[in-house]
Amino acid sequence: MSDITMIDAVNLAMHYEMNQDPAMVVLGEDIGINGGVFRATVGLLDKFGQERVLDTPLAENMIAGIAVGMAAQGLHPVAEIQFMGFIYPAIDQMISHAGRLRNRTRGRLSCPMVLRAPYGGGIHAPEHHSESTEAMFAHIPGLRVVIPSSPARAYGLLLAAIRDPDPVVFLEPKRVYRLMKQSVKDNGEALPLDTCFVLRPGNDITLVSWGAMLHETQLAAEQLATEGVEAEVIDLATIKPIDMETILESVGRTGRCVIVQEAARTCSVGSEISARLAEEGLMSLFAPIRRVSGYDTVMPMFRLEKYYMPSTERIIQAVRETLEYA
Amino acid sequence: MNKTASFKVDYYQYLQPNGEPEGELPPLADDTKTIHALYRNMLFTRLYDERAVNLQRTGQIGTFASSLGQEAIGAGVGHAMQPNDIITPSFRESGALFFRGFRVYDLLLYWGGDERGMSNPEVGDDFPICVPISTHATHAAGAAFAVKYRKEPRVVVCILGDGGTSKGDFYEAINLAGVWNLPLVFVINNNQWAISVPRAMQSKTETLAQKAIAAGIPGIQIDGNDPIAVRHHVAEAIENARSGGGPTLIEAISYRLCHHTTADDATRYRSDEELEAQRKFDPIPRLKVFMNQRGIWSDDQEKQLLAQCKDDIEKEVRLYLDSEPQAPSSMFDSLYAELPDELTNQRQSLLGKE
Repeated sequence: MSDITMIDAVNLAMHYEMNQDPAMVVLGEDIGINGGVFRATVGLLDKFGQERVLDTPLAENMIAGIAVGMAAQGLHPVAEIQFMGFIYPAIDQMISHAGRLRNRTRGRLSCPMVLRAPYGGGIHAPEHHSESTEAMFAHIPGLRVVIPSSPARAYGLLLAAIRDPDPVVFLEPKRVYRLMKQSVKDNGEALPLDTCFVLRPGNDITLVSWGAMLHETQLAAEQLATEGVEAEVIDLATIKPIDMETILESVGRTGRCVIVQEAARTCSVGSEISARLAEEGLMSLFAPIRRVSGYDTVMPMFRLEKYYMPSTERIIQAVRETLEYA
Repeated sequence: MNKTASFKVDYYQYLQPNGEPEGELPPLADDTKTIHALYRNMLFTRLYDERAVNLQRTGQIGTFASSLGQEAIGAGVGHAMQPNDIITPSFRESGALFFRGFRVYDLLLYWGGDERGMSNPEVGDDFPICVPISTHATHAAGAAFAVKYRKEPRVVVCILGDGGTSKGDFYEAINLAGVWNLPLVFVINNNQWAISVPRAMQSKTETLAQKAIAAGIPGIQIDGNDPIAVRHHVAEAIENARSGGGPTLIEAISYRLCHHTTADDATRYRSDEELEAQRKFDPIPRLKVFMNQRGIWSDDQEKQLLAQCKDDIEKEVRLYLDSEPQAPSSMFDSLYAELPDELTNQRQSLLGKE
């Protein structure tokens, strides 16, 4: 077993499950002979053929819509939207149908589909290619929303998403696609879809993040450790549902919490975590909850993106300010 | 200049508005059982609509969409389908849904604001009524892919309205159906009105059927108030799709003799003259004249059928009115296969108030 990148892990998980599950099909734009613009689907066409690896016409709403139809008919479609900036036509289908089908037929039909999309900034991509709008999906009843932060997490969470009997939006932080390599066992083992992962234990402050921002968050934690501050780092991993139990337990010990996200601030996942902490964990807090986030501006084009995305410095600054409360 | 391609759109009608046959009739015209089934379904649907509007007016169901004047489309489509085929309906196809196994009870539950209306396991894997416009066209394509992938001899039928053909969902679905040669039949119920917007304001195209040309699939126009035309051409398209011939788009020309829904007042935007002029195209008397002329229908049969339909509907209405309401917490119970913890907590908090 060799060390692999996150994009390799996504690819590996799809290979594994295509082998196991004849009901699984993969569809999207440029996912066949081209292997996907990020190469997530490389090799699938050769191995599983064009009956199961489907290059679609260029229409994102249709990609999500046919995935709903396939899933209602018992297939397990894994649809790729090329970039999150192009996912918005598909939102109608996710809100109006994917998230509702089981409920509105009282379980007669269901929608076991996965909508995959690369998201987030930091790779100097063109306009519309760098946003982090995961909160829009987290607001939709009936969906699950998952964001892996590492190759191993991508492998296990994607398998879980494909096997889940309900629709899952699986957002891949594209800055991490080739940022690191990790040893990943291709053993078909899925990870839970309702559990945070504690990446680093600590008792002084809780840092909650997900996706690519865990990179900066962990760097911040390491630097803080040299100053004698032990930060607990939590990888949220599942944006919907949120495992508040783990976060509340951690904040119960540390009494302090900084949430780090690439997304804009207002009505974000960080807003939800803050609200839940205020509702259920206020008495254990020594300091106000802080959010380090993107600004409520349009995600700038790439010359300015580094000013938009939270930096290690911004995270450390927020931690220091939080620690000032006695 | 060189001509690269040329196109035409054919129009089919077998029964004139006065019930007189025109030209050669398709074989089903001689099949008394089929003709009677179409007539019964149309009459049943009209009586159901009347009863449902009455239930709405008396506050016993919510907003309701009647199919008055368009019954031939539901009847023809529903009868043309095999039990194992799959329908993706919009919200004005009660007649087709009755053929598919939906009961009056189910539809009243649905329009009465109860999700169980779309839950009847007897209807198999037919899709539920789709309220957003045309969004079900891509579901039909996905389902058609699924049956083709599994090599099942099944066909999907998608019904939508004239307004629905203006949406990208529709174009995207017919486009894919063509590229992937899917076993899929699109039926447009062109009832001339999308709430208050007339057909002429939806598209400059002479026909809606010609939109099929852009997708490279066959498109025809039929008289949607001629049940023989609907039944014949939809069945032909379905069987063609079943044998691998790919998708067809059928524009069925009809007219909405009712308001858009019970919440609409069509007198705000269309004239009484226009409405009255359309009554002569009503499909029900048309088929009745045909049956009378063929000697396959009598006043006694008509009376008997009316009484039987009313009786059947009343039984179902009673069943609906007597049905136990859902527990409030049921809003949680089919949301996910397994309810996440956070929702379990929310469910508990509602349970405290049940």
